[in-house]
Amino acid sequence: MPEELRELVRRALAHPHLSAALTRFSEDYRMSRARAYKGIDFEALRERIAARKAAAAEHLEELAARFAAAASARGAHVVRLDAPGDVHDYILRVARRRGARLVVKAKSMATEEIHLNAALAHAGIEVKETDLGEWIVQLARQRPSHMVLPAIHLTRADVARLFSRETGQTLEAEIPQLVRVAREQLREKFLRADIGITGANIAVAETGSLVLCTNEGNARLVSTLPPVHIAVVGLEKLVERFEDIEPILAALPRSATAQQITSYVSILTGPAEAAGGGPKEMHIILYGHRRAAMAADPVFREALQCIRCASCLNVCPVYRLVGGHVFGRVYTGAIGTVLTAWTEGWEASRGLEQLCIQCGACRDACPARIDLPELILEVRRRAAHAVTPPLAGRAAFVLIGNRRAFHAALRAAALAQKPFTEGPYLRHLPLFFTEAGKNRRLPALAAEPFRDRFPRIGQPRSARRVALFAGCLIDFVYPEIGEAIVRILNRAGLEVLFPEAQTCCGAPARFSGAPEAALANIRDNVEALPGDGAEAVVSACPTCTVALQSDAARVAQECGDAALAGRAARLAEKVVDFSTFVHRLAAEGSLRLPSGADLPAVTYHDSCHLKRTLHAAQPPRELLQSCGYALREMQESDVCCGMGGSYSLKMPEVSAAMLARKLRMIAATEAAGVAVDCPGCLMQIRGGCAAAGAPTRVRHTAEWLASLLGPAH
Amino acid sequence: MIGKFRRAAEAAGAEVLEARTPEAALATLARILKEEGVGAGGRTAVWPAGPLRQRFHPEILAQMLPGLVLEVTREAAAAAHVGVTEFEWGAAATGTLVQDASAVAQRLASTLPPVHVALLPAGAIVADIGAALRRFDPARAAFLALVTGPSRTADIERVLTIGVHGPRRLVIVLYGQEAGHA
Ligand code: SF4
Repeated sequence: MPEELRELVRRALAHPHLSAALTRFSEDYRMSRARAYKGIDFEALRERIAARKAAAAEHLEELAARFAAAASARGAHVVRLDAPGDVHDYILRVARRRGARLVVKAKSMATEEIHLNAALAHAGIEVKETDLGEWIVQLARQRPSHMVLPAIHLTRADVARLFSRETGQTLEAEIPQLVRVAREQLREKFLRADIGITGANIAVAETGSLVLCTNEGNARLVSTLPPVHIAVVGLEKLVERFEDIEPILAALPRSATAQQITSYVSILTGPAEAAGGGPKEMHIILYGHRRAAMAADPVFREALQCIRCASCLNVCPVYRLVGGHVFGRVYTGAIGTVLTAWTEGWEASRGLEQLCIQCGACRDACPARIDLPELILEVRRRAAHAVTPPLAGRAAFVLIGNRRAFHAALRAAALAQKPFTEGPYLRHLPLFFTEAGKNRRLPALAAEPFRDRFPRIGQPRSARRVALFAGCLIDFVYPEIGEAIVRILNRAGLEVLFPEAQTCCGAPARFSGAPEAALANIRDNVEALPGDGAEAVVSACPTCTVALQSDAARVAQECGDAALAGRAARLAEKVVDFSTFVHRLAAEGSLRLPSGADLPAVTYHDSCHLKRTLHAAQPPRELLQSCGYALREMQESDVCCGMGGSYSLKMPEVSAAMLARKLRMIAATEAAGVAVDCPGCLMQIRGGCAAAGAPTRVRHTAEWLASLLGPAH
Repeated sequence: MIGKFRRAAEAAGAEVLEARTPEAALATLARILKEEGVGAGGRTAVWPAGPLRQRFHPEILAQMLPGLVLEVTREAAAAAHVGVTEFEWGAAATGTLVQDASAVAQRLASTLPPVHVALLPAGAIVADIGAALRRFDPARAAFLALVTGPSRTADIERVLTIGVHGPRRLVIVLYGQEAGHA
């Protein structure tokens, strides 16, 4: 990550109120959004939106042409332009012809993308943003930090200062008064303006209609009062049919501001009557720029489904710490990371994609059902190709890709650290060997890895066999979790196999944009697993589970190895996460877990992959409760703990802030223990508790359960 | 349906009044204008043409609604304290008013004055926005306006503030019988 971005992150985290304000907002947002969607089938709704928008993205130019024909037939001037400079020129030509001196604007991201205000100002034309937040940001000479709430980073005191400077009065930091001042100041501009410029939330190809949503009513004034209306519309706003408006209109306000509907929705089809009588002069610029290239890209086309609701910002645990001046450019947050790479190039966005912790919260929230984490990974991959990776990083991934060498190195490291094992905790294991792990104290690698301990645990002969996939962390750092799993499976009468040729699941290499190493891992694992006659492959690390279950075949496919992809897909059918599997054993009666008396209360932390990818939030909770543990839910149990594999090494400050918050939530429950299903989360949270001197016991669900089975023999 | 519409509209910050007949609607309107001080001290209201307005002779309107301006220009609307407009449809699920506002007077009257009185036949309330939109042909309506509650912003510290650029008060007067009750 470039040093400037790192510095911005540090400054944002040190800001006196930014994180606090954004975090409060995101907490409120979670609840109010849930209320707004009450009684609505969100999955069905976003399925409809995704389908309509995906269809549109496939036929962008065709829809643009249809839109142009329909809107022109209604009397609008429609042009299809690509270069930002061409849009400037077009608008300046209209402005010159009309002798325009003052332009009023309603919020439009496309015009921000092309820096239209600067171009107009340069030509001596006064521009006023009229959305209150945009106007505040304009007066502050900043850029919006949020796609829906542009001035969320500023306080009322900041606004009072800005308005005082603008009006020459001394204004108190009182919100109603400040809003009144804005109304008065801007009302005069509306009435005097020569041109009104808006964007559009939706553009309907079959009818040539534009849909504009606002709460303030400024878009109505901008499009009504001045004699000329220019709409700058990104091609991604196109949908085919008039009825496609409906699902978008149902989702956009709910996702953006947790409202059922915005105060005003205006649907403009051709020029309406102008304020002075007669039809208005209406120009619609269908703006393409890099969108055509995105539409042609099989991976990134999906990003054109975006309806700009900003919920991917609102639910992002990183955004709420650093804000949009750090996390994004014109477009911010998750979608901002993707769009910036396209609109401003890989250079401009370099590093942004590293801010993502891959927790998947945005994917769950996105009303256009965009797989944002996957797109960000793709940005990472392409950025990694655009810039030659540092040699050390590459060498490390060569090592991780070679199982024998990798395991030998881990054993050597375990020996080397012997004298100071009490040190802080190792992060995502394989990354220990990359540059990210440099200058860190050595991790607490287990003296004896699980693979060496396993042969000593006698296995019963059984018709039912399962293979254990340990993953690096359980194998080399937490072998005791592996032992706990084996005890529980044995209790159910299952014979456990540990195929020794298994290796890293490939996720670390994949997340770091090193698909070759991931492919080598996948090849080894597909060879080794499931093992002789095993009915299932059980993994107690959700990241590994996801890697084996859904990513392995995909990576193989992407790397052009169809045969391997087929084998990986067959293996995937047998892979299951520990809690789901054990829950199933209990449900079918094969496993009777003892229930303890006077057990401590525990709180449960949801690992990102278990909750959002594997959708297995309930099984571990039910298992713990069935054994007699009282479950005390923490607030936001499913917000990422900040581990994110190597993330905690690359972005230690952000990771630490996320962890601190998680620890506060845990402490608030006053539970004696924390249960987690992911050894990565365990490392992060246990390390945090240890550093804070908290007595809280942090254990894997398997350990909490196995501890009831009595002492190991 | 009326009850649902009312609850949703009120949740969005609108006031909802009911009048049995067109005449009662006019009386209700007169009361609102008086309450807002229209007719006194040069305060005016604007009311562009609409089916309810057409039912009454201008002289009756002038008599019952002092301060009312029927010629809705940009200047008249900008100077008015109350704007009265007539809507074609209501969407019960969200409390939304829907209108073909292609005639600019409709937009001027509903956006510029600080108070907006919306008149809606009670029989024109349909289930939701989708149902209301299906009753319009966009090829015939250059400007479809959907209004739900007063103008609002939360752009300063996310504190909800009413009446930023548009009206700060929205009063909906439902008149006549609900559909299916006649
Ligand atoms: S990517 Fe999805 S969540 Fe993010 S702004 Fe676009 S539609 Fe909203």
